[in-house]
Amino acid sequence: MARFKKEGKREIPAINTGSMSDIIFMFLFFFMVITNMREATLFVKVLPPQATEIQKLEKKSLASSVYVGEPMKSAMYGTEPRIQLNDQFAEVKDIREFVEKERAARNEIDRPLLSTTLKVDGNVKMGIVTDIKQELRQVGAFKITYATRRGKAKSDE
Amino acid sequence: MAKKIPEINSGSMADISFLLLTFFLLTSSINTDMGISRKLPPPIDPSVKPPEIKKRNIFTVLVNANDQLLVNGSLGDISTLKTKTLEFLTNPSSDPNLPEKTIRYIDLLGNIEVSKGVISLQNDRGTSYEMYIKVQNELTAAVNELRNKLSKEKFGKKFEDLKSEAKREAIQKAIPISISEAEPKDVGGIK
Repeated sequence: MARFKKEGKREIPAINTGSMSDIIFMFLFFFMVITNMREATLFVKVLPPQATEIQKLEKKSLASSVYVGEPMKSAMYGTEPRIQLNDQFAEVKDIREFVEKERAARNEIDRPLLSTTLKVDGNVKMGIVTDIKQELRQVGAFKITYATRRGKAKSDE
Repeated sequence: MAKKIPEINSGSMADISFLLLTFFLLTSSINTDMGISRKLPPPIDPSVKPPEIKKRNIFTVLVNANDQLLVNGSLGDISTLKTKTLEFLTNPSSDPNLPEKTIRYIDLLGNIEVSKGVISLQNDRGTSYEMYIKVQNELTAAVNELRNKLSKEKFGKKFEDLKSEAKREAIQKAIPISISEAEPKDVGGIK
């Protein structure tokens, strides 16, 4: 009978966690590569409309964003759609300065390639968007992209 | 005898990298910018008269403040806009009421028929942005379909899968996105 008796306590070997950090670092790099930093804190609600014929923006670093939508704190700022440039509310006339600043920040070679992405909420009326487009035309920023979500566009409510 | 160097405890390394990982997860967003690209026309010089375009070469799309469509003078619907645009751009039966075509020589494609049609898009200040994008989307869909068809015929690939810049340019020349947006005006009152 003694043959079956265990000889002392058997110890479970410790799991080697040395490679754990390598795995996590791999994750980290993966996420760093596929993501981009949030560029601005949004003050306006922006839910772009859906569309099917969309294309990816070629160069993200060459695009500057203009946000238009209802302010988040509607109790403070009202519900009228507002424009947001960088980190603050702006008026249509501020776009000129904004575009010029964006231009000045880029290389001379990249300047003609600069584009403007209009991130506009679906419920906004075209009036304000038209004003922005007119202003962009005046400044000479002709390349624009209407930001949209991927999805069905045809469904009529 | 050399002293044995004690091993560095790397157990906490995983914790540190976890911390970094969560930091990046929180501060970044995966979504890439997608959208419909357009090119705005340069500002109008008031002294230059706009070029005359024959009526048959214009396809007018009007969107009013109630998001209703007027396509070429009759009440339209978003669901039929694409087929109408396709018909306009291709003019398959050489209808005298649909746009003219010119034969142009384009590199890589040879002599090809290019439609002279121009889509004129007008919207009101009260039109919702959602509707505007829907219309733009349908118009782009029509152009993309034509481009894909031509690209398949000539190069055996869809337009969006074409790698060569020269081929893309050739197709773009053959089927341009000719959407003209009118100077803004107020139709249908201020909303």
